[in-house]
Amino acid sequence: MSVDTDTVKRVAHLARIKVSDEDATRMTGELNAILGFVEQLDEVNIDGVEPLTSVVEQTMKKRADGITDGNKANDVTLNAPASEDNFFMVPKVVE
Amino acid sequence: MTDLTKLTIADAREGLKNKDYTSLELTEAFLSNIEAANNQLNAYVAVTADQARTMAKASDEKLAKGDGGALEGIPLGIKDLFATKGVHTQACSHILDGFKPAYESTVTSNLWDDGAVMLGKLNMDEFAMGSSNETSYYGDVINPWRKNGSNQDLVPGGSSGGSATAVAARMCMGATATDTGGSIRQPAAFTGTVGIKPTYGRCSRWGVVAFASSLDQAGPIAHTVRDSAILLKSMASVDPKDTTSVDIEVPDYEAAIGKSVKGLKIGIPAEYRMDGMPGEIEELWQKGIEWLKDAGAEIVDISMPHTKYALPAYYIVAPAEASSNLARYDGVRYGLRVPGNDIVEMYENTRAAGFGEEVKRRVLIGTYVLSAGYYDAYYLKAQKVRTLIKRDFDLAWQNGVDAILTPATPSAAFGVADQDLHADPVKMYLNDIFTVTVNMAGLPGISVPAGLDKDGLPLGLQLIGKPFDESTLFQVGQVIEDAAGHFDPEKWWG
Repeated sequence: MSVDTDTVKRVAHLARIKVSDEDATRMTGELNAILGFVEQLDEVNIDGVEPLTSVVEQTMKKRADGITDGNKANDVTLNAPASEDNFFMVPKVVE
Repeated sequence: MTDLTKLTIADAREGLKNKDYTSLELTEAFLSNIEAANNQLNAYVAVTADQARTMAKASDEKLAKGDGGALEGIPLGIKDLFATKGVHTQACSHILDGFKPAYESTVTSNLWDDGAVMLGKLNMDEFAMGSSNETSYYGDVINPWRKNGSNQDLVPGGSSGGSATAVAARMCMGATATDTGGSIRQPAAFTGTVGIKPTYGRCSRWGVVAFASSLDQAGPIAHTVRDSAILLKSMASVDPKDTTSVDIEVPDYEAAIGKSVKGLKIGIPAEYRMDGMPGEIEELWQKGIEWLKDAGAEIVDISMPHTKYALPAYYIVAPAEASSNLARYDGVRYGLRVPGNDIVEMYENTRAAGFGEEVKRRVLIGTYVLSAGYYDAYYLKAQKVRTLIKRDFDLAWQNGVDAILTPATPSAAFGVADQDLHADPVKMYLNDIFTVTVNMAGLPGISVPAGLDKDGLPLGLQLIGKPFDESTLFQVGQVIEDAAGHFDPEKWWG
């Protein structure tokens, strides 16, 4: 399978990365090289093979359902590009 | 006076205990090496000199009283991927501009609890995506090694290129690193250092910036097999903050060093003999086989038929997980924000400006292979192939193999800005061809320097072990180190 420039633009939008027409054209070639490379997997017989979901056989650990931290709003918003009273500030979302 | 920066961690541990020198003296020696070398080698992106001196003085007080942990007073460099409280933590990406976490990663907490001293944060490929340390927002790291009679700059490998260079150029005693497809072992091989990626689940991933969560593991880069065992013992732990951290006690890895390898079964997988592999790599591999045979190990030929599919499967799984992990960089919670007319445009502008080309490429591949209609054809198929890759290893262990010996990389270090490698992303990816299988199966792997090529550049051999059997890798690795000797670059910098 390969991608065309329109697909690259659509995927870039899904990934929320702005691309120019020039970027999209260059990336189309690069992505097709990678997709061409992974096409080798078509040679492998995977009939009846289960997908690997974990390399270590272990029942997933679950922590006790309790509050493990809190009162850290200052820490949480410490690195935000814009915050006010421990809220993240974003451009207007609802008109 | 002896050059303190030439000591191993094992040496310094004794010297500090015997009060031959202080941790502050040791720390100052490394700080002055960093100051002299960093302009040329670019291994550090942040030097925490004041913090290092404070930590060293605290260690000296403990050592004076005969106290102290396993790494008391030992100066280390930390890869920029590890969260260090109040200190530069940006995965060497523009998108994390100015990020200083309010918390400490489990791995670095373990090191500080054992008394280690932090010299600073080390350069790396952006978000650990790269094999040459040329994708960092902070510029290329330069390998301290050069070809005989040449002054061409070579890459240190990646993504832990800063860690490998800092160790090889004596800018720290040892360094933390991480490995998703070969990012500890390939740079170790390129710089004549020892690097181990432990079993998935051995080191906590808590506080390590995520790239591909099912593959990422932390590990050390150091000068010797013993030093890497000392560091891993401290870095590894059982951590309730990481649900994939495995409940197995961390053994004393050093106890394995010096043990005879007599009777151990070492597997040699035919499929690691790649078309077009340089003769020197093949010769090195044969030398390794001879060394282990001479030490009494039994050499057995094994077959791992799915080896060649590990890299293509990796380039589906890793980008898919990366595209999901990197969704959090949206210009809202931390790092860079580039304004736009509305929130979506703000996201798109921020991510366009904040991510480098290689990161964008992988996020797009990952988004594509996970998008509606393609999931089964790509991601699900790759995860099935991953089962087959793991099965190849499981069969070897079932047949009594104790460890597997392979080359670490298909070549020695290459030039900075190599035209050929930059024209085709897949060519760069092939650097990880021998290492990536280990991540796909979640196994431990160590790269040990084993010789120099015709140009005088270091080459490494890789040992792959059973899950949680790092001890055997240290045991066998020491035999290779004893036979091959140590390799130091000729100093041209600083």
